[in-house]
Amino acid sequence: MNETSLPPDCDTLAEIVRRAISGSEVEVGLFSGHDHFEMRVVSTAFAGKNRVTRHQMVYQALGDYMRTEIHALALKTLTPEEAGVNDE
Amino acid sequence: MSDSIKQQIEQLVKVHDVVLFMKGTPEFPQCGFSQRVAGILNSMQVPFTAVNVLLDNAVREGIKEYANWPTIPQLYVKGEFTGGCDIISEMHEDGELETLLAPIRMQSEDA
Repeated sequence: MNETSLPPDCDTLAEIVRRAISGSEVEVGLFSGHDHFEMRVVSTAFAGKNRVTRHQMVYQALGDYMRTEIHALALKTLTPEEAGVNDE
Repeated sequence: MSDSIKQQIEQLVKVHDVVLFMKGTPEFPQCGFSQRVAGILNSMQVPFTAVNVLLDNAVREGIKEYANWPTIPQLYVKGEFTGGCDIISEMHEDGELETLLAPIRMQSEDA
């Protein structure tokens, strides 16, 4: 086990969430330093769920990363319908 | 978390209509996200109780377990966890927060 582990990269985090949340499209970016991330997740799995529940689904997927590596995560969670409306 | 911390948290969120668990205080916030939510509440002129989690690590960790939410700030409205900075900002932008908090603001004005 290494003591100075590298911070997770955006692709890794995106992949983790993609696998955990069915049919999701995930975009991850760094917005500051090496441990402040921003993430946008679009998935039908969010339908009918309030924002807190949606965010909890993502936090659950990220598990330990949230407790250790990720200092801050700006999250946007949308259903495909909601994402479509925004893009018009 | 210990029973006493859990009770402490429960008391706080049940007794006060709007409770913000934050880093620092509304006057001297210690984190941009906490500052943001306190700022939103102030701009809406909604009275709230601020709890500085930096003063007590047991509360800081306990509140994350209580809400099943890994980060601070955390806003509770009428005992219910409403969201962190992202969610509160979104709700503020689309008017949902105003709808939620207007009755509370009115109540406090009548008191």
